[in-house]
Amino acid sequence: MISRRAFCRNTLLILGGIALPLTALELFDPKRIEAYREDGAKVRWVFLVDTTRCTGCGFCVKACKIENDTPYDAEVSRTWVERYVITKAGETLIDSPHAARDGFLSPGIDQAERGIRGVDEEEIAKAFFVPKLCNQCDNPPCVQVCPVGATYQTADGVVLVDRKWCIGCGYCIMGCPYGVRFFHPVHRAAEKCNFCYHRISRGMKTACVDACPFGARKVGNILNQDDPVTKTIMTERVNVLKEEYGTKPQVFYLGLSREVK
Amino acid sequence: MVHGEAWTLKELFVYPNEYIYWTIQIVMYPFMTGLVAGAFVLSSLYHVFGVKKLEQIARFSLVFSFALLPVAMMPLLLHLQFPFRGIEVMMTPHFTSAIAAFGIVFTTYGMIVASELWFVYRAHFVTMAVHLREKPDKTGLERSLYVLYLALTLGAFDLSHEAREKDEKAVKVLAAAGIPVACFLHGYAGFIFGSVKANALWMTPLMPVIFICSAIVSGIALCILVYVITMELVRNLARRHGKVSEHNQAELRAAELEAVTMTTRYLLMFLVLAITLELLDLVFRGYTAVKSWDILRSVIYGKDFFNIFIVQYGLGNLVPLILLLLPRLTIRRAVASTILVLLGVFMMRWNVVIGGQAFSSSFAGFMHYHLPIWPHSMETFKEGLFGALFVAGTPFALFWGLTRIMPVIPHQSSD
Amino acid sequence: MKNHIWRPLLAALTLVGLILLLRLAFVPDDFGVHERGYMYGWHRKGNEAEWQAHPIKYKTDVYCKECHPRKIEELAKSLHAGIMCENCHGPALGHPEDPPTLTIDRSRSLCARCHSYLPYRSSARGQIRGINVKTHHPEADCVLCHYPHNPQPYRQRRQ
Repeated sequence: MISRRAFCRNTLLILGGIALPLTALELFDPKRIEAYREDGAKVRWVFLVDTTRCTGCGFCVKACKIENDTPYDAEVSRTWVERYVITKAGETLIDSPHAARDGFLSPGIDQAERGIRGVDEEEIAKAFFVPKLCNQCDNPPCVQVCPVGATYQTADGVVLVDRKWCIGCGYCIMGCPYGVRFFHPVHRAAEKCNFCYHRISRGMKTACVDACPFGARKVGNILNQDDPVTKTIMTERVNVLKEEYGTKPQVFYLGLSREVK
Repeated sequence: MVHGEAWTLKELFVYPNEYIYWTIQIVMYPFMTGLVAGAFVLSSLYHVFGVKKLEQIARFSLVFSFALLPVAMMPLLLHLQFPFRGIEVMMTPHFTSAIAAFGIVFTTYGMIVASELWFVYRAHFVTMAVHLREKPDKTGLERSLYVLYLALTLGAFDLSHEAREKDEKAVKVLAAAGIPVACFLHGYAGFIFGSVKANALWMTPLMPVIFICSAIVSGIALCILVYVITMELVRNLARRHGKVSEHNQAELRAAELEAVTMTTRYLLMFLVLAITLELLDLVFRGYTAVKSWDILRSVIYGKDFFNIFIVQYGLGNLVPLILLLLPRLTIRRAVASTILVLLGVFMMRWNVVIGGQAFSSSFAGFMHYHLPIWPHSMETFKEGLFGALFVAGTPFALFWGLTRIMPVIPHQSSD
Repeated sequence: MKNHIWRPLLAALTLVGLILLLRLAFVPDDFGVHERGYMYGWHRKGNEAEWQAHPIKYKTDVYCKECHPRKIEELAKSLHAGIMCENCHGPALGHPEDPPTLTIDRSRSLCARCHSYLPYRSSARGQIRGINVKTHHPEADCVLCHYPHNPQPYRQRRQ
């Protein structure tokens, strides 16, 4: 039978012991994460893609590669365009040859190891192009899993990578559900689209937005009510990619068909 | 070539930036830490639960666990694009990431094992230091050894009965405290995979538990295997020098078989637990059939069928289970089972890491991994077969080195 | 020390102390928890400015207009109004200082990006007048017959 003194002592010890790790929860206080909106932040960058206007010309990919020093011949890109061809038989054929850096020059679908899949015009039920880029998520899983704080989100919502701090573990690349991250072939650190942070911070548009001849890409500030991008997002039927992952992506799509992966 | 392009083959639609980034070294890492954790738990079975028959194998596995510890870091250093920045995990850890736990857990575990080893071998260090101090003409090697043993004593020369009892008590405490840390050391590795919602195969809360159980299985299996091999080598040496009589040899062999038989009981327990959890995960996935099930099914039952069902479950789990459950266990059967178990645990790591990257995040394509065999470049060495062999071989070299100072064979130690 | 069992703990604490000292020297001063909290904002603040200072390559039509207003006007009235100068002429970089002239990409593959015909009726691509790149005068540059700054439908050109 435990003595009263021993009982009281043990209880205090246990409670004290539990209280110690509970203080660590302060680090993860969700209110602190939300605080930046309440403290009067003026800018939160978002992107708008209109898939009905995209023609798959690939000028965006070329401009991005040049603007952001991604080697043109390297088989990686900060942004890319996907082609979807849905046949009348119900098959969905998707490709993105070299990330569409040269556009789509042939009707054959590039299936990598399986070769080129020819498609006749009569077989096609519908076909369209979908540009993709980093969604600069509000709950970025890539930032969550970085073990050293090399990737992070700025107050205006852009997720950046500190090239000098990145250890190259690749956890952020595995953590992204959208497959936007890769290792830069020259710098060797993790790399991804950053909404041309050096351009938008200076009042310019991103390189891909400027390059697009059809107005399929737009960048804007969701906290600015007068921004045309904001107006479109608020008033028209827009969708996002892979909402079920809870990442809260900030790239909005007009005309996003159900086949899009 | 971008990182990953050299060994990845894509099929159908894979996102342009997707390659197999986590390769053989990421398979080796949980395998090695699993051996570390398992070896430690085995050693603790003796110290904490007082299973007397396991005394020799306990000492053995503790030293082996320590030899495996630096090796556990090697695959990570070989994998990182910037290995010299690896220290950042200790400098600016981001604890929302499971990998950041590495710094703290690893250091804590290392300190516990080192401390426990110190208490176990303190008497030996003191005896050797005193013996070398009294030696009049020391050779260069003996002088360095003297300094080494002196440093290792940490100045605690008291070998009285009370002091030794304190040592034993400390060992017990450390062995008990070390079990949850060893579990954490490997549980966090399971968490690294299980928490990645972006990967449909890895995402499951069962992952940390599956990893811990298979880690313990692999650690115990390795210790049994190396113990048997060491005993065999020692017996051969003794027989050649005529040191041990026939009667003693038979006695030693019987004691060895008894220790091995006891240990395999624990191996079986954890093996059954590990299999149960893995099958449970598979059954749940098939039953709930969520969005990713179509592509996962074609990977698990199609492309990876041989690796998963024939090698991992068949050779690695079912055959050893049968071999160990049959009555009248022999050393030979135990050796065969432990080798197969180790193969099974390695394949489990392979099937999780590589299998998880066998399908694209688009769920509309596949990626094939071709392990670089011959190193054409630094990259294909580090992330290829030779890099893996380098990691696999180092613990044995380290173990040999450690046993020069911390002997594990009974008649070799000074007490 | 009276009780030798604490010695390993002392050694361990020394090691931890050394790591903490190393941290003081190694970690930059501006590394810490910033606006987005610990989960999303744990970083070296100075890196944000480093990214903002990245050199700009594409200057956009606003810049080209300063010296080439008539070309811009001509394009603006044509079917190619949406295409920015630098798409075909390459990024301005330090032009006119460096490089003094910009190359003109006259290759077929440039025009083929939009004008290789793909039969996609449900996409804007299907609405662009296009040709089969392999069969339509494969020996010639497109610009031999077509004026990119104000392209006219071929039948009209003949007139």
